[in-house]
Amino acid sequence: MDTKTVHLKIKRQRRPDEASYWEEFEIPYRPNMNVIIALQDIQKNPVTRQGQKTTPVVWDCNCLEEVCGACSMIINGQVRQACSTLIDKLHQPIVLAPMTKFPVIRDLLVDRSRMFESLKKIKGWIPIDGTYDLGPGPRMAESERRKAYEFSRCMTCGCCLEVCPQVNPLSEFMGPAALGQVRLFNAHPTGQMNKAERWEAIMGPDGIANCSNDQNCVKACPKNIPLTEAIAELNRDLTFYGILGLLRR
Amino acid sequence: MALEREKRKMKNPKIAIVGGGLAGLMSAIKLAEKGYALSLFSLVPVKRSHSVCAQGGINAAKNLKGEGDSPWQHFEDTVYGGDFLANQPPVKGMCEAGPGIIDLLDRMGVMFNRTPEGLIDMRRFGGTKYNRAAFAGTTTGQQLLYALDEQVRRYEAAGLIKKYEGWDFLSAVIDEAGICRGLCAMNLTTLEVRTFPADAVVLATGGIGYIFGKSTNSIICNGSAASAVYQQGAYYANGEFIQIHPSTIPGEDKLRLISESVRSEGGRLWTYKDGKPWYFLEEWHPEYKNLVPRDIASRAIYKVCYELKLGIEGKNLVYLDITHLDPKLIETKLGGVVEIYQKFMGEDPRKVPMKIFPGMHYSMGGLWVDYNQMTNIPGLFAVGECEYQYHGANRLGANSLLSCFYGGMIIGRSVVEYTTGLQSGVDSVPSTVFERELKRQQQINDQLLRSADGPENPYQIHKEMGEWMTEHVTVIRYNKNLQETDHKLQELLDRYKKIGLNDRGNWANPSLPFARQLYNMLQLARVITISALARNESRGAHYKPEFPNRDDENWLKTTKARFTLHGPELSYEPVDVSLIKPRPRTY
Ligand SMILES: Cc1cc2nc3c(=O)[nH]c(=O)nc-3n(C[C@H](O)[C@H](O)[C@H](O)COP(=O)(O)OP(=O)(O)OC[C@H]3O[C@@H](n4cnc5c(N)ncnc54)[C@H](O)[C@@H]3O)c2cc1C
Repeated sequence: MDTKTVHLKIKRQRRPDEASYWEEFEIPYRPNMNVIIALQDIQKNPVTRQGQKTTPVVWDCNCLEEVCGACSMIINGQVRQACSTLIDKLHQPIVLAPMTKFPVIRDLLVDRSRMFESLKKIKGWIPIDGTYDLGPGPRMAESERRKAYEFSRCMTCGCCLEVCPQVNPLSEFMGPAALGQVRLFNAHPTGQMNKAERWEAIMGPDGIANCSNDQNCVKACPKNIPLTEAIAELNRDLTFYGILGLLRR
Repeated sequence: MALEREKRKMKNPKIAIVGGGLAGLMSAIKLAEKGYALSLFSLVPVKRSHSVCAQGGINAAKNLKGEGDSPWQHFEDTVYGGDFLANQPPVKGMCEAGPGIIDLLDRMGVMFNRTPEGLIDMRRFGGTKYNRAAFAGTTTGQQLLYALDEQVRRYEAAGLIKKYEGWDFLSAVIDEAGICRGLCAMNLTTLEVRTFPADAVVLATGGIGYIFGKSTNSIICNGSAASAVYQQGAYYANGEFIQIHPSTIPGEDKLRLISESVRSEGGRLWTYKDGKPWYFLEEWHPEYKNLVPRDIASRAIYKVCYELKLGIEGKNLVYLDITHLDPKLIETKLGGVVEIYQKFMGEDPRKVPMKIFPGMHYSMGGLWVDYNQMTNIPGLFAVGECEYQYHGANRLGANSLLSCFYGGMIIGRSVVEYTTGLQSGVDSVPSTVFERELKRQQQINDQLLRSADGPENPYQIHKEMGEWMTEHVTVIRYNKNLQETDHKLQELLDRYKKIGLNDRGNWANPSLPFARQLYNMLQLARVITISALARNESRGAHYKPEFPNRDDENWLKTTKARFTLHGPELSYEPVDVSLIKPRPRTY
């Protein structure tokens, strides 16, 4: 019989206004476990390693196949999706902590609404005239489509904000994810008709000027979205746009 | 008359949509576009709804490949694939709307794969001879959901849509006359229970996979909302029709879909018998071998594991083997599959055979609705996977996404018609109606939190329910086992009375909503089981070895389950087969 166990150390917090604390758990090992399965084990039987009854650990997850973006957390010091993180590939004790760039609701559960607010701000949509049958959309070269698709896979998971040094309590920076979306919509044949609006939206104090080119975001993105490429492109666009603006004055 | 209607419109009917998957978001966009303000409820930020999981594609007979495809042909395939159990007029409407829906999504900026000419590319799915499915990389559902999410955000920014994300729908508010006047929901963070008055409530709450413990669905697909309104008097139709996908990677947390293309490209299924590899499909079906249709493959694997007890290492698993295939072919045609398997299993399918098992995938059944997507409770509508209307006894691949959009379009029309025709709006409903429902729901919470130290573990009850449902109410169904399953479900309902919550906190405590959802899942599990027990024939996804044939004379009818205190009560209504005459389904 396999008597191997999995040892976890989890950062917990009852409420947003309370202090955090650590609890350790030890659960039976099974092959192919991921971090979600370990958390589910604790949920079913919330007893600490010391044999103390406790409350189940609270976390966020949904699709469990790394497309919904819900289960981001810090695992052994690295921010990633809990569902695709296999126990076999982790050092023990496995240390789980909530992301630090978002307010904690409880335990590993955080509030990422600021990311969705940024999407509003950058006008992250194609302003179609209506949903009536107006015929097909614009044609698009497959090569361009493929590039755009990379950006359209952004799950708003928050990993890129977590690792960005410019996203911090002293700054309003919206973070790389929203900038990637500006790149996406501004390249679309219809979306580009309103590209100036989106440029304006990222020229403020929370905008692109905050980026210090640390390149952490690309490395942390679970979908390998070329975020820094987008930021570089946008910077070029904005320089050009700024010069035009000056000339117009 | 017209003026009268205008006047009523001025009063701004209150509209609530529950669910922000494709169906809910499409409904929201259609209504917001007409100037209606509405509230949108969802368990999760709508952008994380289960629709993100769809990989394959969305059907529409655009005939972009010169194959002579047409909406009528699409309609034919859908009705035939559904084994003639779907009412035909709405299916026809859906297929006719398909090409326009693709155009709309294209205009919204969905990154559909393109042909060299820059047109939308199409691929082929099961159950048709045509390249009919538009797709966006390997994440079609995600791309479609994001496009709608973006349009909804636009209306949100404009103040027309107000989102309630992180709210759990508990029940409909129904007045003395039996009319739906709003909903009751619980905030998952504060655990606040509140009623929301509405002239029309649209449920778009998706699938029910969690009832089977593990499925290809997201874990929030628990059918709790549909079950709640079923217990309030809404009919649940064709619950017995559950689609099983033959190849999924079983995980303890969920079953991850492995595309059918693996078998198309030469993947072989086997297990050990007498210490030697046994290619059971090749032995049992020498003609089609590994390429038998979905239901037959699933049944064979079930037989191997449950009846012959020959699963790998005694577990419910068989091998899906591609190790013999040309690495180049694997790279170009099966790259995505290899990636998923590697990511979640940590093994390389090029070197080690994949371990798979059939998994619960989709519910054809759902809330009964009329052709306007309205349930039998006036003012309560249903759309998307949570209703029963478009897929009959079996859904064709890539048709579900289409039905979500089409249903949403119907909502855009029918909710307006309904609210415009209302004699009196929700403002004239006495507040006692809302207070009563609020009290009823709060009492359930109080009771659950008080009984928090009962001996029964809700997670254990959920596990047992899932195991019984998966073993007896999926691929192969025997009446004796169905009967026993219903007894088991009743036992679980009984044990439920003594559950204990391992958390009594009043802040972001998932134990409470889980316990509530579990009760609703148990009730819906009974509907599925009893409906399956009653239907003594085999049709579409419903297969009984004791009744192996389709029996149109007795069973060409829609099952409608009604809640009673003694369990589901079944009645039937005829199927509208006015457009295509039923004929045997043989592939
Ligand atoms: C792995 C997989 C692959 C698939 N691939 C395809 C494919 O290629 N083509 C195809 O056509 N179909 C496919 N399907 C089926 C298709 O994805 C679903 O049927 C469809 O997405 C359902 O959409 P929906 O809008 O009805 O529900 P969902 O997208 O599930 O959304 C439900 C919404 O309701 C909300 N909700 C649920 N309960 C409550 C509650 N109690 N209170 C408040 N809100 C609630 C949720 O938060 C969510 O926003 C696939 C399914 C799976 C599982």
